[in-house]
Amino acid sequence: MTTPLNRLKQYKSWGRYPTVEHKAIHQIHWRSDLPDVNQFEETVLPYGYGRSYGDSCLNEGGILLDTSYMQQFMVFDAEQGLVRCEAGVSLEQVLEVIVPCGWFLPVTPGTKFVSIGGAIANDVHGKNHHRAGTFGCHVTQFELVRSDGTYICSPTENAELFRATIGGLGLTGIITWAEFKLKRIPSPLIDQEKIRFANLDEFFAISAEMDQRFEYLMSWSDCLSGGDSMGRGIFMAGNFYDPPLGAEPSTKKLKPFVPFDLPSIALNTLSVKAFNAVLYRVPLGKRVRSIVHYEPFYYPLDAINNWYRLYGKRGFLQYQLVVPFEGDNEPIREVYRRIAQSGEGSFLVVLKAFGDIVSPGMMSFPMPGVTLALDFAFNGEKTLKLLDELDMIVREAKGRVYPAKDARMSPENFRAYYPQWEEFAHYIDPKFSSSFWRRVTASANGQ
Amino acid sequence: MLKIMIIGATSTIAQETARFFATEGAEFFLVGIPADKLALIKDDLVARGAKRAEIYEADLTDFDKHPQIIESAVQAMGSIDAVLIAHGTLGNQKAAEASVEVALKEINLNLLSNISLLTLLANYFEKQRRGCIAVISSVAGDRGRGSNYVYGTAKAGTTTFMQGLRNRLAKSGVAVVTIKPGLVDTPMTADIKKNFLFSDPATVGKAIYLGMKKGKDTVYAPWFWRYIMAIIIHIPEFIFKKMSL
Repeated sequence: MTTPLNRLKQYKSWGRYPTVEHKAIHQIHWRSDLPDVNQFEETVLPYGYGRSYGDSCLNEGGILLDTSYMQQFMVFDAEQGLVRCEAGVSLEQVLEVIVPCGWFLPVTPGTKFVSIGGAIANDVHGKNHHRAGTFGCHVTQFELVRSDGTYICSPTENAELFRATIGGLGLTGIITWAEFKLKRIPSPLIDQEKIRFANLDEFFAISAEMDQRFEYLMSWSDCLSGGDSMGRGIFMAGNFYDPPLGAEPSTKKLKPFVPFDLPSIALNTLSVKAFNAVLYRVPLGKRVRSIVHYEPFYYPLDAINNWYRLYGKRGFLQYQLVVPFEGDNEPIREVYRRIAQSGEGSFLVVLKAFGDIVSPGMMSFPMPGVTLALDFAFNGEKTLKLLDELDMIVREAKGRVYPAKDARMSPENFRAYYPQWEEFAHYIDPKFSSSFWRRVTASANGQ
Repeated sequence: MLKIMIIGATSTIAQETARFFATEGAEFFLVGIPADKLALIKDDLVARGAKRAEIYEADLTDFDKHPQIIESAVQAMGSIDAVLIAHGTLGNQKAAEASVEVALKEINLNLLSNISLLTLLANYFEKQRRGCIAVISSVAGDRGRGSNYVYGTAKAGTTTFMQGLRNRLAKSGVAVVTIKPGLVDTPMTADIKKNFLFSDPATVGKAIYLGMKKGKDTVYAPWFWRYIMAIIIHIPEFIFKKMSL
């Protein structure tokens, strides 16, 4: 209900790079009044809240179908923990409905301002990937409207379309509604622990143990320090807080706590401040425990509306990679070294070990291994060159780069990361396309 | 829990308002067209926490049916605590200028149907001696403008009617709430190019919800329209008439 829809929205991506022109925007208000996409000469692409970072939510010269107006719930089964709702419902709206009844999203990314349709199309993951897999793992069914008809898709019905649509970047049709399972919670509070690690060796040494103890786990890592403290950082771990018997579980929303100083110049400066503030509060080898509301735990950046503005007009590039676990995890170390050398600071990165739960999504990004998410202010060629280098490290390590955050990977690298892309392409609706898809499937000589 | 009748329930603003009441467990009687869309709204409100929702398909320009609509609502819910009248069309000003028929049709739906419903509802609430009558009027009724004065006339009539009704029903303890939304991004304004003055329907819905809960007299939604309109109505006519608004 309160998701800022930003009706002045400019139909850009979250990173503000690239920006493209669209032929037209078509708003969808009712799932019973969908446009026949065959009426359009150009290709179409569903667009929700524009939280994809790169060009996967853009369709240059084509048409965007704005699904964010479709915000109706269809069913909330508070006994079984099941929601069916339209694709434009945001995660925030789902939380508003389910949390007071003792339920939570099975998987949530780091912002609640994404649509259910987008959560499926990007097969989003969160801090509990090692326990719960991706969002797509919890989807029981959805309706997909294609240029040739309407399909109910589930693991057993139209199963191939189901698999292609999860992580399918909106290319397989319009998801009009979806149904997914929820997670029971004892309270909306998180029993949080912060633990400092001195370097990457320590990260790997304690990561497995942390995965056992905590349902939600990620870490902030500093990628500017080298040598013995390369990759130093903080684990932010948590489980839902089960209040002791007798204590009333509070469902009252605590005042959102903004874990950052308010923006002044750039997000990087801020993040570093926040990072250091946390770092020096947590002594090495000690665990700092606190009970916090789920909002600051999951969605620290949501407290700062439109935080992309911190990067100014030039925009920024997000980059998320995953590489399989292997020996001494040399590829991850190499990534840290390259970034430190380049001086292109993503000062702060999110570091996490993915688990081995397999998503039904054909093009899903996560795989068992280590994932790093970084953001870089866009400084033209310099930034692009660094990311190309990182691409090669990932490629050699047989890892992947996340399409939802990408604006620049080469077609060759995309195909190496996702060799299943040709199989996936069979399920793309011929009336659907995106700037991302045209870019990564352009012929190898770079046309 | 509150028993709320919504007339013109498929309106986006009405839906957003209803969602706030739904989280409190309200009961709804949803009136409007078409029935299949009312059914979608019913499911939405129930999933969001409404105790129940009944739907009633009705063409609101069929004035003879108005008493029956209200009787059905009372019958279904036992009583009505609050009513929100939200139906209407923005119309096409140019078409209304060219055709008396079109102009009168606009007035019929946006003003006369309100007068008919409000007359019946006022008597119900006056007898009940409590409750809330809310109607979505518009800032467009605050001053006639070349670009939409037919719509504006209907809204000005509605606002004035509500003003009188408020005066009459104050003695009976009934709140009469005139809602004046500014520019809202809904299907009604789909063809208008959006600018910074446009508001999100959920923001407007929340303002209406709060206004109804508090029994306010006039709710500008969002609030800043009160100040915009204060300026607009004070522009001297000899200047105003030359402006293109």
